[in-house]
Amino acid sequence: MVTVEFLGPIGKEPMKVDIKSLDELATILKNDCDVANWLESCAVAINDVMVCSKEVQLQDGDKVSLLPPVCGG
Amino acid sequence: MEIKYHYCLQCVEVDVNLPKVELYNGALEVEKITNQWYNDFKNSNYGAIITFVGVVRDEDGIEGLSFDIYEPILNAWFDSWQQKAQSQNAIVLMAHSIGDVPNHTSSYIAAVCSPKRRVALEMIDEFVEDFKHNAPIWKYDLKDGKRIYARERSYEINGAGILA
Repeated sequence: MVTVEFLGPIGKEPMKVDIKSLDELATILKNDCDVANWLESCAVAINDVMVCSKEVQLQDGDKVSLLPPVCGG
Repeated sequence: MEIKYHYCLQCVEVDVNLPKVELYNGALEVEKITNQWYNDFKNSNYGAIITFVGVVRDEDGIEGLSFDIYEPILNAWFDSWQQKAQSQNAIVLMAHSIGDVPNHTSSYIAAVCSPKRRVALEMIDEFVEDFKHNAPIWKYDLKDGKRIYARERSYEINGAGILA
């Protein structure tokens, strides 16, 4: 299972999904009305490492984080 | 040296003795933090110590700002900057608030210590700008008892949208 967490203002509880790729995750989240509108603006991290491509294989126990637009300071 | 964090699929090696991000609940005690930094580094032969203090402005009827932070990636982001600073014999320092920060108090302090002033002047600009665009911190306006995400003032992180 892969844990997906939604950071900052998305305000959604983490979910566990049985997936092997970010492509599969994209399909799930596009059909989730709580998250779909965030996808265009969110960056993605796997196990706290930012990724710039969907071409990543996921392993059992991985954590995927969605990071919406930021503004510190 | 040891490998501490990974950021953007690159290994970042940072001396474990170099400064880390300082996070505080609520408004920052500016004098205390900046005096501490000055005392910590005034004898390290840095010819330039430049401090940037961000102060919450009273505008659009807000009572203050509030912040969420994702620490693992913030630490990795900061360590990558520390490595970059090291390559120019400089160091970076940073303190930030978590939670609510009233108007006219500080939520963010950044500093660069460098042997040469030009390096410090240029790095503080680049460091603060990159912080605004890529550090995993989310800002909310405190207004009429509500906490409202400051979406229109926020920046998409590099690589955003890969799941869209």
